[in-house]
Amino acid sequence: MKKISALDDLKKAGDKGWKSLFPGGVKILVGMATSGIASGAGEVYAALAAEIKKRKLPYVLAKTGSMGMDCIEPLVDIIEKDKPRLSYGKMTAGKVPDLIDQIIKGTIDKIKPVYRIDEENLIATRDKNHYTKGNVPEYLKEIPGINEVPFYKKQIKIATRNCGIIDPENMEEYIARGGYLALQKVLTSMTPESVIEDVIKSGLRGRGGGGFPAGVKWQSCRSAHGDIKYVICNGDEGDPGAYMDRSVMEGDPHSVIEGMIIGAYAIGAQEGYIYVRNEYPLAVTNLTKAISDARSRGLLGKNIFGTSFSFDIKISKGAGAFVCGESTALMASLEGKAGEPRAKYIHTVEHGLWDRPSNLNNVETWANVPVVISRGGKWFSEIGVPHSTGTKVFSLVGKINNIGLVEVPMGIPLKDIIYDIGGGIPGGRKFKAVQTGGPSGGCIPAKMMDLSVDFDALREAGSMMGSGGMIVMDEKTCMVDLARYFIEFLVSESCGKCTPCREGVRRMNDILHDICAGRGREGDVEILESMAKGIVDGSLCALGGSAPNPVLSTIKYFREEYDAHIKDKKCPAGVCRALIRYEITAKKCTGCGVCAKKCPTGCISGEKKKAHKINRKKCIKCGICMESCKFDAITVE
Amino acid sequence: MVNFIIDGKKISAAEGTMILEAARANSISIPTLCAHETVSRSGACRLCVVEVKKGKRAKIVTSCLYPVEEGIIVETKNERVMNVRRLVLQLLMARCPESEVICELAKEIGIETQPRFIPDKDKGKCILCRSCVRVCEEIVGVSAIGFSCRGADKTIGPPFNEDSAVCIGCGACAYVCPTGHIQMEATEDTRKIWGRTFKMKKCDVCGRYFAPEDQLKYISKKTGVPLKELAICTNCR
Amino acid sequence: MKKATTIEAKVKEIVKKHGRDKSSLIAVLQDIQEEYNYLPKEALLAVGEQMEVPSSRVYEVATFYNTFSLNPRGRYLVEVCAGTACHVQGSFNLMDRLKRDLEIECGETTKDNMFTLEEVRCLGCCSLAPVVRIGGNIHPYLTQDEIPRILRNYRKQG
Repeated sequence: MKKISALDDLKKAGDKGWKSLFPGGVKILVGMATSGIASGAGEVYAALAAEIKKRKLPYVLAKTGSMGMDCIEPLVDIIEKDKPRLSYGKMTAGKVPDLIDQIIKGTIDKIKPVYRIDEENLIATRDKNHYTKGNVPEYLKEIPGINEVPFYKKQIKIATRNCGIIDPENMEEYIARGGYLALQKVLTSMTPESVIEDVIKSGLRGRGGGGFPAGVKWQSCRSAHGDIKYVICNGDEGDPGAYMDRSVMEGDPHSVIEGMIIGAYAIGAQEGYIYVRNEYPLAVTNLTKAISDARSRGLLGKNIFGTSFSFDIKISKGAGAFVCGESTALMASLEGKAGEPRAKYIHTVEHGLWDRPSNLNNVETWANVPVVISRGGKWFSEIGVPHSTGTKVFSLVGKINNIGLVEVPMGIPLKDIIYDIGGGIPGGRKFKAVQTGGPSGGCIPAKMMDLSVDFDALREAGSMMGSGGMIVMDEKTCMVDLARYFIEFLVSESCGKCTPCREGVRRMNDILHDICAGRGREGDVEILESMAKGIVDGSLCALGGSAPNPVLSTIKYFREEYDAHIKDKKCPAGVCRALIRYEITAKKCTGCGVCAKKCPTGCISGEKKKAHKINRKKCIKCGICMESCKFDAITVE
Repeated sequence: MVNFIIDGKKISAAEGTMILEAARANSISIPTLCAHETVSRSGACRLCVVEVKKGKRAKIVTSCLYPVEEGIIVETKNERVMNVRRLVLQLLMARCPESEVICELAKEIGIETQPRFIPDKDKGKCILCRSCVRVCEEIVGVSAIGFSCRGADKTIGPPFNEDSAVCIGCGACAYVCPTGHIQMEATEDTRKIWGRTFKMKKCDVCGRYFAPEDQLKYISKKTGVPLKELAICTNCR
Repeated sequence: MKKATTIEAKVKEIVKKHGRDKSSLIAVLQDIQEEYNYLPKEALLAVGEQMEVPSSRVYEVATFYNTFSLNPRGRYLVEVCAGTACHVQGSFNLMDRLKRDLEIECGETTKDNMFTLEEVRCLGCCSLAPVVRIGGNIHPYLTQDEIPRILRNYRKQG
């Protein structure tokens, strides 16, 4: 492969990438991120390949990552010259022949696209790519444009700019959309100091949890003594309910790599590490390929862009430990040790990996860097709100209609995310709370819907940004059970080094288990609160220091649910098994017998076409009867 | 020299001194369990926490690991500190109900057990302070013992919970153990530790059994001193 | 005895691939686990010897991380996602159903060595909650109802 050593080489590679993005004829693009594959994208892709072969069509079939709207996957996009790009949701192998027919005939009579894309922004270069040059064919006018789809309307894509658009395995497609231009600019016309200055100006804060200003961290690492320095990418996305980093690593690995090279230049590092969760095999595969491609084109390794700057990246696979999201634990793991944090009185920017100055940022932070540089810190700082600039990617999951990844400007009101983008709560149920920040975060109740979603407002509300998981909960979610869930998670993820976290969190777990099992005692909530304070103050690392947050925030906003469990021995949401029972409403029961057939313990009986009964002694409260009843005859109390 | 205040007392100490040492040198006592003078510090037990005020910011730190800084105001016994210390001791009492050391310490500071915690029966007197692991690695140099698992399941012992092939029976781990969890059983000519029995060597001069044979072999190998020269106990040398 | 020598040879090959530097320990163990489906004791001892890392440290790392298993696992690893999105969608009911149908507890392997049941901390497929991963395949939007059929299919595949 020819090395890229000048702007001209980059342009040539970009031109090739552009031809690959838009080959001219018909191009069919299948979303093949992990969630797409799990929804059946693999079968759809195979069916498309077979159909194209069978009919001997000159179509190009390609893979891409995820655009974010996971609830309509598998997603297939059709790109044709001078036509809007069309996105077909919930595709199946069975629909493939019809889809191909439609492309040939130029119709949309059998399967309707979810939306069309007339033009798209190339955020890194400020260009626009016009699919249609303004001429939308008559038959496609009924299809909403992507910007009219509520899910996408309020989004601004910076970190996820290429996800679901490019083939993550194709470096030239990344370059075609402005990739590596920032790196070229940095290496050929900027000093390390001016790079740092621009990043500071942008106000970019770490997207991994703490929200520390990235430029300031880079500055400290640059000033730290030592010839050998490291940059590290934290891809150990451990927060349950968050998967934006997976999406970026799978869908746009070069954005992370480019960000890291820029960071390394600014800091003066020669080596970089990407620490990826072992649970993300596709991310590992795509990053590995991207690194090797970048190396073979001279963008990693010695004398990048023909300059004196040399830098390379290694991938390290995590082995399953939430605590390794903590920087010192992650570094211990990189050194081949058990992932135990150490006291951070001496910062990792001075003494980090192998005791050398190390700068760690997470995937999303790194992916933002190239755009910060190419558009300038000032441009970035004008997005969002003061002190929380730019955008943030959230995984909007749980009890919400439009499930997926969304990238929104910081400071957006919470209700815009839940109702406009998320489309509200399914089944007409009541919205209760949203959990942000994973096990270190907390719950924000429905009454705080106007809250500005930014680092500081979330913290003031008793939660935190974390890595961006947003788990929506409705009236059927028990907040005490949720607190117990997070604490139980932390019990099994505590490294066990310091006493407050190892012993304290498990004692909190015991008490919460008691409460959920109907053995709660008066005064338990006060004991939990007092323990929480000691654990927050006394723990060695941030995992322990934030462990009590889910308990504190649920006590703060949902105290009455704790009281119901402790005093009345009732679970208002109908979740805690020891406190609930299933009932059949005789009037509604048609005696269809479905529930009796499905009940794993055979505790439901009754004559055909007559109301059935539940034998409580045998009932294990699995809830399958209620799930399977078509007549709403079974309720939980 | 660095100047600062602990519990209202003006103190100066050399740069790099930990708050714990600076306090002790000025007769201010701070309780500790895991800070042993022979091994490096981990900050695991959290008993030695103090509050450090720097300008407007006040944070809880472990005094055994926090180097003194110019102008800081340290409080070793305020309510916030005592709340952590109380919790740590209550948790350790629940973990190791039979540990006299912990009970004594709690009594001294005036802390009672938390009745809501059900005492453990399976943890012995081990508080996972890791002094034993560190002494075995840093001083003895054999790393015969280490951790297994994590979180509440974490335990200390030889790998695979079997007799260690590299243990020399020196007993340094038992010596540094603050709670007496690590037991060493001795007869006249044997010593049993971590489940393995070691044969003791008789002093060539006085005939007293004085050290495990494996330990002498290890020292000989490491220092190059012939085994024969090591066969005399320290009293007779 | 024959088994031990082959394990030793395999470990040698893996250590050679990653290098003997201590920082490769986790990668070496990952490859060993990939090869044997678990970490055999002989392999751990061999790793210590070849990489010059004390056995106690190898054992420490092998027992610290979730992905490692010191016991043989079944042909299919059944991983119930316990991420928050899956939890609020009732993944605990799936776990209970799997325990009942497989007649094992979480962390155990069925008598026929077909399935090992484990809980995993978020597979990052929150949009498809609740999910269970079996033998590397993700089963999205899973209901208790579908479990017997899915298990039957895997059993049929052998």
